[in-house]
Parts: sequence; C-alpha cells; structure tokens
Amino acid sequence: MQVSVKLFATLSRFAPHKRASVPFEVELSEGDTLLKLVECLDIPPEEAKVAFVNGIIHNLDHSLLPGDEIGIFPPIGGG
Amino acid sequence: MWIVRVNMTDQTYKLEELPEAYKLLAGRALTSTLVANEVPPTCHPLGPNNKLVFSPGIVTGTPAPTSSRISVGAKSPLTGGIKESNAGTSWGAELADLNIRALVVEGQPKQNGKYWGLHISWDIAAQQPKLKFFDASAYSSKPLHDVFPTIFDQFGKKVSVAGIGLAGEYGYSNSGVVFNDEEDRATRYAGRGGLGAVMGSKRVKFIILDAKNAPGVPITNKALFDEGRKKMTDAILSHDISKPKGGLNTYGTAVLINIMNEAGGLPTRNFSSGRFEGAAKIAGEAIFEGVKERTGKETYNHACSPGCIIQCSNTWYKEDGSEHASCVEYESVWALGADCGIDSLDDIAEMINLCNAYGFDTIETGTTIGVAMEAGVIPFGDGKGAINLIHEMGKGTPLGRILGGGTELTGKAYGVTHVPTVKGQSMPAYEPRVVKGIGLTYATTTMGADHTAGYTIAPEILGVSGKQDPLSPEGKAGLSRAFQTATAFIDSTGHCLFIAFPILDIASGYQGMIDECNGVLGTSWTADDVAAYGAAVLKKERAFNEAAGIGKAADRLPEFMRNEPLPPHNRVDDIPDEVYDSVYGDL
Repeated sequence: MQVSVKLFATLSRFAPHKRASVPFEVELSEGDTLLKLVECLDIPPEEAKVAFVNGIIHNLDHSLLPGDEIGIFPPIGGG
Repeated sequence: MWIVRVNMTDQTYKLEELPEAYKLLAGRALTSTLVANEVPPTCHPLGPNNKLVFSPGIVTGTPAPTSSRISVGAKSPLTGGIKESNAGTSWGAELADLNIRALVVEGQPKQNGKYWGLHISWDIAAQQPKLKFFDASAYSSKPLHDVFPTIFDQFGKKVSVAGIGLAGEYGYSNSGVVFNDEEDRATRYAGRGGLGAVMGSKRVKFIILDAKNAPGVPITNKALFDEGRKKMTDAILSHDISKPKGGLNTYGTAVLINIMNEAGGLPTRNFSSGRFEGAAKIAGEAIFEGVKERTGKETYNHACSPGCIIQCSNTWYKEDGSEHASCVEYESVWALGADCGIDSLDDIAEMINLCNAYGFDTIETGTTIGVAMEAGVIPFGDGKGAINLIHEMGKGTPLGRILGGGTELTGKAYGVTHVPTVKGQSMPAYEPRVVKGIGLTYATTTMGADHTAGYTIAPEILGVSGKQDPLSPEGKAGLSRAFQTATAFIDSTGHCLFIAFPILDIASGYQGMIDECNGVLGTSWTADDVAAYGAAVLKKERAFNEAAGIGKAADRLPEFMRNEPLPPHNRVDDIPDEVYDSVYGDL
C-alpha cells in the first residue's frame, strides 16, 4: 500500500529529495506501523518525536492505512 | 536592595529600602504585587494613578544561564486588567546589577509636548543608584531604528536602553516597551497589553541604565547557587530542544509553523481554518534555507541577552544579503503571515521590522490586520496592503488609530463578529478549538488571551512533559492550572520561559531552578513551595481583575468559536462552563 510522507526540520535529511515538508510516497505492507515506516526511512526512532497521521498525533505502534498522510517531526520547541 | 520610585508629576525620584514583605518577590511576582497593592483597579490606565513597574527576576544578573529577563507590569489599557509582559535583554541584568529590585514610574506631568528620559547609574561615593532626568523630546516622533544609534552615541556603547516608539507616544493599546538586543538594535519587546502607552502617558521616552561600578546581585549561599546553576546548565545543554544546534538554536521558534499546520491548529485567515496552504513557505525550515541561499552560509541562531545558552533568535536577510529584520519569531510569522493569508517571508520581515520601528506588538498587529481583512479593508493575502496599514498606524491617521487600538477595537469599528480575543487581548498562534488546553489558558489567564501564561502546547503537541491529546478536553483544566502556576514562578525567576522545555523533562533541571533561587535568597523552598509561590501571584492578579470589573464571565472564548467548526478537524469550543470555572475555582 502507498502512504504519503512529509518529514520536517532535521528529519528532512532522511527524505529522498532531502526537502522539509514536501510529500513523497512510500510503499508499505498492509498493517505496517509508523515504527515500520520510520525504520524503512532509516530514521532513529528516538528522533521521530511527534508523528501525525491525517492530522492526528499517534504513537509509533499505530497501524497505517492506504492513502494515509503522515508528518513526522524531531524534538522541537517554540513559543 | 532598593525600590526606585520616579514621580513624573514633578520629575523627582526617591530610593526606598526594599521592604521586608517584598524581600522574596521579584520579576512578575513583584510587578503584580506592586500593581495590585498600589494601583486603584478602576483607574484609567493612561491617567496619573496607574503605575509602570519594572522588576528583574530572582536570578537575573547572576551567572544563572538564560536569565537576563525583565518583567514590566501595570494596569493594561488593552485589557483593563493587570498585565505583566517580559523581555530578554541586557537591561534586565543591568537593573539587577544596580541592586534595583523594582523601578516604579508614577504620576503624570501636567504639561504636554515634552518627553523625558531617565538615566540611572551607580553613585560610587554614596554606594547607591542615582537618577538623572533629561529632555528626550528630540527623540520623539521618529522611528526607533533612526533614534537608537543616537542614544548609544550620546550615552555610550555599554549602556542598556528601554523605550517606547510612536505607538506608545500615540497612546495605542497596541504598544510595547522596547529594549536593546545584543547588537544594540531596537528589537526586544515587552510587547503585549499596551504597556508602551502607559509609559507614554507618563511622558517617559527612554530609560537608560549604566551599571558601571554597580555592585552586582548578592548571592546568599554561593555553593548552593552554583549547584543549582550547574544542574540548570546541564539540563539545557542536554535536551534536544534547547541544546546547541538543537531545535531552537537551528530553526528558532518559527519551526512550529509546520507542526501546528500539520495538527490542523494553525489559525489561518482570521481564525477561519486550522491549515494554511502557504505554511511551508514561512516556516523555520524555509527561513534557515532562505538565509543560507542569501548569505551563502548555514547560520545558527544568536542570543537575545547576555548569558543565554539556548540562543534561539534569528535574522532574515534581503535578496542582496543585507539584514532585513531580527528576529523572525513563530508568533510574528504566524500573525503577519498565516492569520493574514500572507505567504511571503519578505513581506512578513518588512512588517516585523516596521513593528519594531514603530513600537507595536507583532501579535496584536497581525491579528488586527486579520480582522481588518475580514472587514474588507484590504483582501486576505495582500502583503503590500498590510505593510501600508502598519504605516497608517505609524502615521497616526484616523484609520491608523483604529488599528492601533487593537484587534477588538478594530472589530467593533467595522461591525465584525469574528474577533479572536479574550478580555480584549488577541489570541496567539494556536487554535483553541483543536488544542483544548491552550484554549483553557487563553480563556482563564489573568492576562487576556495569552499562550505563554500556561503553555500546554508542550505536552499537547510537542511531547514535552508527557503526551496529551490536543483534541480532548479531559484533564485540561488541571493541566492549564498547573502550567499557569509554574509559569508564574518561572516569570518571577528572570529565566526565559524556554527553560521549561528541558526542566519539565529533566527533573534535576527543575531542582536546579529551585536551588538557584534558594542560593540567591537564602530560602529553603521545595517544589511545593514553588507551586504555592506561583499560585499566590495568580491569586493577587485575579483579585485585581475582579476589582477592576473583570469577573469569571470573562473567562470564555469568543462566541463564534462555540458555533463555527474549524476545518480540517471541524471542532468547536464545546467545553462546559463549569470546566472553565474550575481552572481558578480549584486554585
């Protein structure tokens, strides 16, 4: 199944096009979790601090569905 | 240790030995206590009975890291209630070095047309601060970027400067108190709540501090203080958000644009949506890449004040590589960007630079323009039109004066109901319908809609201090209350609120903050004492507001948020009244 992924801030270095917030497609198997996706992309899991699926924050054990839109952030802060 | 009282009715001053009852109060705790004790709650904020209070924090001026902040307090012309606003600047450390725990500006000159400056320095012979009044009228009616260099020429490069811009001179409710940054530019603001107008109403244009030969902050128990300082430093340097080349040092606060957009909580076009299609073009990553392109190098951020080891401030450059604006914060980029439908960093930087020059709060300015766009004054997305509106404000035209009065006044003038304010102050960059905890903070804090007052975004979005579902109201009243209480204490220490990222995750860092304070003051506070200290500050502020006529009915979000679902998650404000009332009800 295909999911659409955006990586942000320092995680952009793991994107195939190396760009932050520009989506790219990833091929996964049915039932794969966010953790599987993170591993596929060679992102150290502790750097995947906040992961959104269709705008909702999930833990890395969340199972993905075809067409899910995913955004992953490293530890960031602000005000 | 002194309170310095400046009487602007007759341009005299006196030094008051710090009373025993105030020995443990500093920063927000002292500004709010003095305002609550001495300002009649029903006074006119621009009249002779309001007071403008400056107070450095408990550890400001000491070697504690990231602690050079100054609190400014008064009755706010924007909210009609109590206000504390703080800034990071060398001015805070210098006031502390001079052993001035509070500078209180009182009264009001009878004559118009003249502005005064105050110059405070250390009298070596008398071993106490001394103050001189000077005629600052020649500095008025001009953009601050033109005036600041002449101030430093006149008084020397090593002084620190506090002042007001045209906004404060006009008496706008959208007017901040400006302070110098580490490059002596007019960029650090105690921005929210119209304190610039209070300073202008007392006809004070600048307050110069020269701490040469000043004694510095006395530390009662140096060993304990040093222990605390080490724990604090270690926590800051090890946490991914605050460490060197970490989140804040690399991308600054504007890195939040993309995460709030992803969450569907980035208020867009006057709070009509939670996603902005132009978000990626104005986010921290775009700023980092843009600076790299225009200057040829990867630039990590800089400190706003002496002793800051987080260093989150950035600078935007023009295409020709010259400096355009510093700094380009999340709130400013959001308010002048997404909330106005504007996606050009160049237009946004121009507006930030103009706000700095004229003396405006960037948040209130952006949300005001958003409401003006809603009213059809200019279209959403019109960056050049928005720049012109800020010039109108700077010129003091009738349209400019309406806009300078803030978001709520502008909404009233144009018959707009879709106005994102609480207690008269406009909402910052988090949509309360989809981040329930920050909504409770906006509604209930004594400050009016304010995100720093109880930053529940940390657990609700960022995964700091645990993880909480932003869309759920479960437990959020208690969460907002806990954050508001802790923040009231941190605001009194003089530390930048960004120490919260490391110290809420690293327990030894939190203990370090307590050890630092105990070391300076000679107290033996525990974590419970610190929470009680914060709660006491909030109670004083709340009592002032009630006496000023702001009761618990004002602890609500605007009506339109109850009725209008916010795309993409399509939520409304459906929190029951009892939950709003329980935030302070259970304090």
